[in-house]
Amino acid sequence: MLSVILILIAAIFFTGVIIRTKSLASGRKGPGLLQPVFDVVRLFRKGVVYSETTSFVFQIAPTIYFASVIMAMLVVPFGQSRGVLSFNGDFIFFAYVLGLGKFFSIIAAMDTGSSFEGMGASREALYSMFAEPAFFILMGSLALLSGHTSFQEIFAALHIGSQISYALAALATFVLLMIAMIESSRMPIDDPKTHLELTMIHEVMILDNSGFDLGLILTAGYVKFAIYGALIVNLFIGVIPYQYAIPSFFGIQFLMAVAIGLIESFMARFRMSHNPQFVVALTSVSLLIFFGVLLILEKFI
Amino acid sequence: MAIFLIIFGGIIIIPFLKVNAKGIAAFILVFINSVLSGYYAIQSLISEVISISLPGGYVFGTIPIRIDALSGWFILIINLVFLTGGFYGLFYMKAYREQRNNLSLHSIAFFLQHAAMISICMIQNSLAFLIAWEIMTLASFLVIIFEHELSITIKAGINYLVQAHVAILFMMIGFIWVASKTGSYDFQAIATYSASIPVSSSFMLFVLFFIGFAIKAGLVPFHTWLPYAHPAAPSHVSGIMSGVIIKIGIFGILRMILLIVTDITSVGYMILIISVISGLYGVMLAIVQHNLKRLLAYHSIENIGIIGIGIGIGCIGMGTGSQVMATLGFTGAMLHTLNHALFKSLLFYAVGNVYQSTHTISIEKLGGLIRKMPQTAALFLIAAIAICGIPPFNGFVSEYIIYIGLYKWLSDATMVPLLAAIFSTAGLAMVGGLALLCFTKAFGIVFLGNARSELPQSCKEAPFLQLLPMYLLVGIILLIGLFPMIFITLLSKPVSLMTGNGAPAFNPAHYEAFSSIQPISFASGLLILVAGSIYMFRKFALKHRKIETGPTWGCGYGSPSPKMQYTASSFVRTYSKLFAPFLSIGKHENEVHGIFPDEVKYHTHPYDKMEKWLIDSPLKTNKAFLGRFVFLNNGKLQFYILYGVLFILSVLSLPILYQYLKSFIDFLKQL
Repeated sequence: MLSVILILIAAIFFTGVIIRTKSLASGRKGPGLLQPVFDVVRLFRKGVVYSETTSFVFQIAPTIYFASVIMAMLVVPFGQSRGVLSFNGDFIFFAYVLGLGKFFSIIAAMDTGSSFEGMGASREALYSMFAEPAFFILMGSLALLSGHTSFQEIFAALHIGSQISYALAALATFVLLMIAMIESSRMPIDDPKTHLELTMIHEVMILDNSGFDLGLILTAGYVKFAIYGALIVNLFIGVIPYQYAIPSFFGIQFLMAVAIGLIESFMARFRMSHNPQFVVALTSVSLLIFFGVLLILEKFI
Repeated sequence: MAIFLIIFGGIIIIPFLKVNAKGIAAFILVFINSVLSGYYAIQSLISEVISISLPGGYVFGTIPIRIDALSGWFILIINLVFLTGGFYGLFYMKAYREQRNNLSLHSIAFFLQHAAMISICMIQNSLAFLIAWEIMTLASFLVIIFEHELSITIKAGINYLVQAHVAILFMMIGFIWVASKTGSYDFQAIATYSASIPVSSSFMLFVLFFIGFAIKAGLVPFHTWLPYAHPAAPSHVSGIMSGVIIKIGIFGILRMILLIVTDITSVGYMILIISVISGLYGVMLAIVQHNLKRLLAYHSIENIGIIGIGIGIGCIGMGTGSQVMATLGFTGAMLHTLNHALFKSLLFYAVGNVYQSTHTISIEKLGGLIRKMPQTAALFLIAAIAICGIPPFNGFVSEYIIYIGLYKWLSDATMVPLLAAIFSTAGLAMVGGLALLCFTKAFGIVFLGNARSELPQSCKEAPFLQLLPMYLLVGIILLIGLFPMIFITLLSKPVSLMTGNGAPAFNPAHYEAFSSIQPISFASGLLILVAGSIYMFRKFALKHRKIETGPTWGCGYGSPSPKMQYTASSFVRTYSKLFAPFLSIGKHENEVHGIFPDEVKYHTHPYDKMEKWLIDSPLKTNKAFLGRFVFLNNGKLQFYILYGVLFILSVLSLPILYQYLKSFIDFLKQL
């Protein structure tokens, strides 16, 4: 339960911090930290415009996307406290329920019959497909290391002792961060602030959403980022008591947001055709983690 | 005995019935057969093995009929799919009403197919088994070539027939091997014989049977008949083919694992490796298909791969003595068998509806069907989500169990198994991601957006009765998704039959590895609840707001046309470029040239690389070699008689030649 509250609080500020960092980096003052939330609230109060081409799929898709992110949030633990839902192999549920949201956002984009939105849908489907094995290998390695198969037990049992396990945690952070970038369509995979539909991925899929639906999609996006942040935090807090864990949660989330802001300020987006290689590289990093775990457990023959 | 009379009486009557009654008669026969066999199947699942011995006369000896829990589970799946398929077929075949004789044959073959498959699950005498198998093969050949006036259908049918007989050949060699050594056709003889020979020989015996059944199941590289046969058949038959006929192959593999005593761990590794390849290869090819039924056919290969991964884990679990892993593997595999039968037949029926109203199943020509056929679209959507293994539907449950099995394997293993486990996990995850790409393409292009070509005016929703069996399937899909425990409990007998010899049936409710099934179904239910309540809230919030409609945002371009939509090829273009080494896509294009360009054309036709290597090129070499002997075939009768005489003479002279040779060798030895 604790994790849900923390994730929601982090989600409120996360995007604001990214935007603020980017503004400061480019020498502007930038909007307030809560500006994204105000934007979303304003969207929730608006009416909607539907395209004539669309069907009921387009209307239910944002709802299901949002619900899938909520469900994913419910399985994420926080240190010793379980997620609302916690069972063996809950990370499989986590990955697949996010898949449900993805499925619907992809077909909703295709429902509009727009060539640009189809383009975005195609890319989103492809990149998330490549990211999937990386996540499962990472979780498999952690499961092997800890001997458990649920988020909470894995994270509680991760002991950061030897130097190799520090390296592992760093690599795992990298993988999770990159998956978060891909899933939330951030640089260097995707540039959410671009103004050319041809080069967008996620943003181009929601061109036709408006009002309440757009609000749902944006909120889901913010929450998704905070969820991945929470997973990364979980890699480190393990058995640390709450009075240190909670501040460090916000500290790490803040650092992550700043890092993303800096990356987006000083780095160009990848060429679209180079993205798959980058995403596949993640899988090999996951495999590295796997071999690291083998090394720790002395299972190399 | 009376039952047999009724059934055969029914078959004889069918040709004389009115056109409408033919299908109904066949359906009634299937129904009777299902009720009877279903009764025994449920008995075998709940209480005990049913066994009867039929006198088979001089040829067969006694024919033992045994319905154990494994048979029971498969009989129930077969019955379910045949009943829904038969009912759907009643309406689907209405369009072919004037082909009277053809319909009689189709109805009879349809029923025979059902009867033969049920018998395959029960008969435990290899000779009778082969005969039932052959009846099934021929009957399915007949139902596939219903539209035999199309040359492509006949070609597909003959392809199927040839490959099915290659399968029978392998099985026959296996059965003859055992029968010649033991003199018995009873399946028990296989068990006792394989226990008495060295492991390497019994492994060879297993491989023989495995190849035979794998051809039927469509595991890579024995899959090439499948993508031809499925599209050629009428839709209800495709549903049945994909739903249960290929599952008979899985049944055979499971049966042989039960019977043949050999090194089960190596068997497990073999099945696992082939299955991971099947899963990946099937879905990789499915994505680039533009024929909707072919796409689904390649997906069957993928799903058979997933089932195979479960079986592989089960076998390895047994080999390494991990009861939990074995149980998880077999449960996942058998549950996925049911699941795949459900959603794949549903998908094929939905495609049947599409074909009936639009007269095409080429994905590139369709689009925007959701407004004309909303119910079919919704049904297809549910099945598509289920087949991607996404909660809250049934595909997730079985894939989840297989994942848990894989992770269980990870937790207690050494280097090599660990590598196998992690790569299987990655493979399974990749298959899931690719399936998502594939079905967003299929659903998105066919049902969403605008029509990509002129559709016939009559394009409308199928009648309610035709949709009824599809709703039934959706009901079961949702039931498994939300209450998987019911089905896992039903599976406890067949699974414990697989995992241990005579071990008491496990009770999944008290089984630690299954403790997470209940929370999953809870989570799936909660997902539906959350989505529903958000949707309700949204509806309530939008009640008094302005809801407008407008054109799709064209990014500043004022007059978009349906032709500018994303097509199926463009949707998967990046994918097919990346995976080019594994695919073989033929292309014909007319690019834009000059100031006044001609008509631009772009045409692709995907082909199977595996088929090219393993079937086409050996055939070509073979043909080239045999082509040198064409001169013998000169069309003169006297020559043919001469060849016959020569052949008989040479056969007759063989023993004499042997005698001479032997005495010559004896003579040499004496020296």
